[in-house]
Amino acid sequence: MTDVAVVAFAQSVPVRADETHNEVEMLMPVVADAIERSGIGRKEIGFTVSGSCDYLAGAPFAFVAGLDAVGAWPPIRESHVEMDGAWALYEAWVRLQHGDIDSALVYAFGKSSLGPLPDVLGLQLDPYHVAPLGIDAISVAALQARAWLDAGHDEAEMAAAAARARQAARANPCAQVSARDGEDAQTLLDEPYLVTPLRRHDCPPISDGAAAVVLAAGDRAREVCERPAWITGIDHRVEAHALGGRDLAMSVSTRLAGERAGVADAPIDVAELHAPFSHQEPILCDALALGDGVTVNPSGGALAANVVMAAGLVRIGEAATRVSEGAAARAVAHATSGPALQQNLVCVLEADGDAGTR
Amino acid sequence: MTHLTAVVGVGQTHHKSARTDVSIAGLCREAAGRALADAEMTYADIDAVVLGKAPDMFEGVVMPELYLADALGAAGKPLIRVHTAGSVGGSTALVAASLVQAGIHERVLTVAFEKQSESDAMWALSRPLPFAPPTLAGAGSYFAPHIREYIRRAGAPPHIGVLVAVKDRQNALKNPYAHLHLDDISVEKVEESPMLWDPIRYLETCPSSDGACALVLASEAVADRAPRPPAWVLGTAMRSEPTMFAGRDAVNPQAGIDCAADVFAQAGIRRPLDEIDCVEMYVPFSWYEPMWLENLGFAPDGEGWAMTERGATALDGELPVNMSGGVLSSNPIGASGMLRFAEAALQVRGQAGEHQVDGARVALGHAYGGGSQFFAMWVVAAAKP
Repeated sequence: MTDVAVVAFAQSVPVRADETHNEVEMLMPVVADAIERSGIGRKEIGFTVSGSCDYLAGAPFAFVAGLDAVGAWPPIRESHVEMDGAWALYEAWVRLQHGDIDSALVYAFGKSSLGPLPDVLGLQLDPYHVAPLGIDAISVAALQARAWLDAGHDEAEMAAAAARARQAARANPCAQVSARDGEDAQTLLDEPYLVTPLRRHDCPPISDGAAAVVLAAGDRAREVCERPAWITGIDHRVEAHALGGRDLAMSVSTRLAGERAGVADAPIDVAELHAPFSHQEPILCDALALGDGVTVNPSGGALAANVVMAAGLVRIGEAATRVSEGAAARAVAHATSGPALQQNLVCVLEADGDAGTR
Repeated sequence: MTHLTAVVGVGQTHHKSARTDVSIAGLCREAAGRALADAEMTYADIDAVVLGKAPDMFEGVVMPELYLADALGAAGKPLIRVHTAGSVGGSTALVAASLVQAGIHERVLTVAFEKQSESDAMWALSRPLPFAPPTLAGAGSYFAPHIREYIRRAGAPPHIGVLVAVKDRQNALKNPYAHLHLDDISVEKVEESPMLWDPIRYLETCPSSDGACALVLASEAVADRAPRPPAWVLGTAMRSEPTMFAGRDAVNPQAGIDCAADVFAQAGIRRPLDEIDCVEMYVPFSWYEPMWLENLGFAPDGEGWAMTERGATALDGELPVNMSGGVLSSNPIGASGMLRFAEAALQVRGQAGEHQVDGARVALGHAYGGGSQFFAMWVVAAAKP
């Protein structure tokens, strides 16, 4: 396998509703920032791939205008997934294995403020049997939280996860929400329910924003980056769609992806987990068998900012930054898609790529 | 270094205006089942699934690959969803091939579909305010000015589009899966059909179809043991350019020229007209046949129409184009690109039935999308490279 590393990451500061920029205007500074940080010329980028969702904009081909942000002239090798940008990064990693190119730009964006996001995401559900019931994304998450509580957990664990994320978010300039002064897990438990058993802080904020990552292979990565974050394992898995067709209290697909990515092969320092709802963090920690020594979501995670379609890519970018800055030797990043953690991607990043890619 | 990759299974649905007999999942399984049967595999043999379709608004399901995970046997496996506008069927096949070329998987199932009867694609394609001024109605209104500019530049006579419309529908009569089977198709019929977007008449435009297409991509080791002849992938290429900027040539786009040059170079092809035996290209409006003949390098600029006029692109011509009947005869949008790639594979496998080109050994599959700005192509061959 060809060794591939994250050599640059950039993201916008997410906001609840960016009313003065369209998608291209949100993307342009982020893409420019990532390319500049990478030290690789815009025209040298070998492959470009993005992730976005038409339904957020309420118009077909929302990704097409994104090309205006990357300067696709002369014409570029380019592709798009209607998935979180983490899967776009996976496609780029696969493409870099071909060996004919040595760099790739990955970007993702989402402007969720344009529509009623929980209802829009509800349209991911089986269109014949479930979506017509009108169940929205928060209600699906609440069903999952209930299943998880019934499996022997309690709401204090959810509050603890939320409190930790919100405290961590205070140090993240790209966090949209963070802990108030004097806030802790107990004060969070005093808040009213939003959709039982979820309280407002158990749910992610609605965010507009964008993110971009530059990948480089082998010597190219060593040349442009002092401490590349090598992707030593990456895998993704989906599971059955039907909410009644799987055990919502666990994440089998995360476990499978984590095994394939080699998470357990060596100690993990930092984990950036894409858990838009508080109860999903312990589900993911269990699935990845992360021990007490692992720092989980030092960015605050998706409870601090959740740019739908970019939040998974942001997790990879955050984990890679920890590795590149020397705060972690080995980190795991995770992305999710679909109702109740239906689809999951796991990426292991290491400072020293000599361990070899699997 | 990429790993050798081949098509070992091809399947498609019968394409119709409205496949009310099946759900979206049923439609996809019809195509996937046929591709797996062709490869003599089951869903259990598949390592990963790659799904493609055009805008989710065509069915009103957000990211339908999630709902389709069960039907496509993807549970417990990697599942990728591609969307690159009209070129998506082609791009999806390329992403699937890429997984095998990278050495990551041995057997990849790729499926593309559209169930246009779930909504009205023409209006889903007409971007409303505030995204675009309300001056367009459907894709035809977008492309008609490009066609008029082609006619002006090339000095093409006005009947060329009609010839393509008749030829592709005649080919479709030989293809049992095609949506349109117009037994009485003729030059007069096409000329008498209503003008929709001058110069595009009703019978010079593609239908709205429900349909799906599926392929099984396999590694060299698997393809060597395949029950039927594989179609070896000699080259794969994608190119994109922005929708509009001053100086962009939307009639003969640079992205298409570059994409063709790339895929031919990979396949070791120097003289496309001599070395390619047949072409399935994305022709949703009749005039795009001569336009793409030039863009792809099969004819010098301004001379593509002459190839069409002299019958060079007929099933028994010098360079058969759209042997299956093409997009003009079946247009499940998200699958339309993959159907081009699939027909190229069927031809070099010698399995195209009545629309088989005698002795086809090397074929080009072509798809385009957006405002003539996204291109996906592959060259497949009977002989293992």
